[in-house]
Amino acid sequence: MGETDVLRIRREPMFRELVDKRAHFAWTLSAAMLVIYFGFILLIAFAPKVLGVPIGGGVMTVGIPVGLFVIVSAFVLTGIYVHRANSVFDDLTHKIIEKVK
Amino acid sequence: MRALSIILAAAGLLAVAFGSTETLAAGAIEGGGRQALNVPAIVMFFLFVAMTLGITKWAASRARSAADFYAAGGGITGFQNGLAIAGDYMSAASFLGISGLVFATGFDGLIYSVGWLVGWPIVLFLIAERLRNLGRYTFADVVAFRLEPTPTRILASIGTLTVVAFYLIAQMVGAGKLIELLFGLPYLYAVILVGGLMIVYVAFGGMVATTWVQIIKAGLLLGGATFMAFMVLASFGFSPEAMFRAAVDIHPKHLAIMEPGGLVSDPISAISLGLALMFGTAGLPHILMRFFTVADAKAARKSVFYATGFIGYFYILTFIIGFGAITLLMNDPSYFKVAASGAYNKVGDLLGGTNMAAIHLANAVGGSLFLGFISAVAFATILAVVAGLTLAGASAISHDLYASVIAKGKVAEDKEVKLSKLSAIAIGVVAIMLGYLFENQNVAFMVGLAFAVAASCNFPVLLMSVFWKGTTSRGALIGGLLGLTAAVVMVVLSPAVWVKTFGFQAALFPYDNPALFSMAIAFVGIWLFSKIDATARARAEQGAFEAQYVRSETGIGAAGALAH
Repeated sequence: MGETDVLRIRREPMFRELVDKRAHFAWTLSAAMLVIYFGFILLIAFAPKVLGVPIGGGVMTVGIPVGLFVIVSAFVLTGIYVHRANSVFDDLTHKIIEKVK
Repeated sequence: MRALSIILAAAGLLAVAFGSTETLAAGAIEGGGRQALNVPAIVMFFLFVAMTLGITKWAASRARSAADFYAAGGGITGFQNGLAIAGDYMSAASFLGISGLVFATGFDGLIYSVGWLVGWPIVLFLIAERLRNLGRYTFADVVAFRLEPTPTRILASIGTLTVVAFYLIAQMVGAGKLIELLFGLPYLYAVILVGGLMIVYVAFGGMVATTWVQIIKAGLLLGGATFMAFMVLASFGFSPEAMFRAAVDIHPKHLAIMEPGGLVSDPISAISLGLALMFGTAGLPHILMRFFTVADAKAARKSVFYATGFIGYFYILTFIIGFGAITLLMNDPSYFKVAASGAYNKVGDLLGGTNMAAIHLANAVGGSLFLGFISAVAFATILAVVAGLTLAGASAISHDLYASVIAKGKVAEDKEVKLSKLSAIAIGVVAIMLGYLFENQNVAFMVGLAFAVAASCNFPVLLMSVFWKGTTSRGALIGGLLGLTAAVVMVVLSPAVWVKTFGFQAALFPYDNPALFSMAIAFVGIWLFSKIDATARARAEQGAFEAQYVRSETGIGAAGALAH
């Protein structure tokens, strides 16, 4: 890839669209993961009793589904990213490659 | 032929090691520290070793090029790589340690396991695809893409070898202790066995053999853990509530096991640990290396998706296994060291310590044959992790230090691969010696330290070089070294090392995990020393960002990176 190719791709509006969309999406999902995880940790640090509240009169506490939610959310967030990347971002990338060929 | 003869020699070593155990094991039973020779476990372990050595032989016969050795020729699929990443990441410590923590404290084990998972989405969103698009064999390839190769590769090698060293010592010592306990094999033999096998896998089979060892191990571990969790839930009619109720009745802490206990006491420590786990994952050299084994960015992102699924599922299983151990073991004195009066502590007196909870549970739900299976799986788990670490360390020496820094890129491919194999042997030998040396030392802090260094050196350098145009070689070098030094110094001065290991009165640094501070030091250092870098080289590096940016975002030009 020579210097002129780099400049051509750089000026390509679809490239701008790709990197802007993907950066926005990736940082949003990263922020979501950070908020979920550190929210969980800060809840434990500052209000541990909240997670110890029993559910529906049994011994199971709020903490169990909340903990499971953090685990499942990590998987779901990666799934959301991969789904969008495999469709929208890959399509855009292929279009850019075709165009600058 | 030479490879085969060495494999046979290794098999001979195994036979000698096991053969001489019988006499030693007899003495050990009296001592109580070691278990009697566990025959089904050894048979199943031998099957695993035979299978993996067969794969190593097959891999050695077809691995010719550097791309084969470092990156399995880029021919691993996303699904396979996801399994291999899971196999690389799920250590015996996380299997036995977390289920043991759940056994001892209940809910706190869940808090701990969550931290080990949440780094994966970050790896996917920020690192995986760009790594695949820019690099070839090691993460240093990415950093050195537009930066000066010599300083950045030296830095990346120091970061890699530091992480590998701490992680490997912790694994070797853990392996020696665990195998001593499970198989009735003396500590030194166990360490030699682990070291010898990892040398064989890596030196002869390279990334292909390492990958398949990790895939098989992941399959066995997930299968075994699934069976245990299934049996536990089945004994409560698949009602989690019934399981939790039984656990609360039996556990000496009763209802306290259903809520956060003492694991997270002060917020600074908790956040610092969280940062180390989250961003350390994105800076582990043996994990980052796995992204070069797939064909393209699409396969790289699929790998993380599958890996996150497998690892998350595994942590849910360890939670169920921990509670299963509470309900099925605590009322059975045969799993405990019982005093003459018949009394025993339901947590502290578990035979072999709380880390053995999952192993004892295997016996409780599946009998001695399944116990043997799980013991063999625990051994296989260690092998898969240390093989990945050894390969990452060997690649840093041959590909980054030798080929790029010393030979300035002028080196024949077969010579580079040969050096990598020799490095793997050297690392294995050193690991055996260190494992022996550290037998009676407290190494619990070392995995945490490895994550702290990965988060404070490798990750900031990688992230800044890819995302910030202004990064220069000088900034990356100084910032990375500051982060690494800060992490190591703060851990040495922390309560866990300064007080508990060295025996001083008071810690000079108040927190056990330094990541919050050392990461900040690294990022500020990279930024500051890049900003004040006014050399012509710095301007050229900043100018080269555009080409790197286009390739990291689109992968254009990356496909050719596989061939030399």
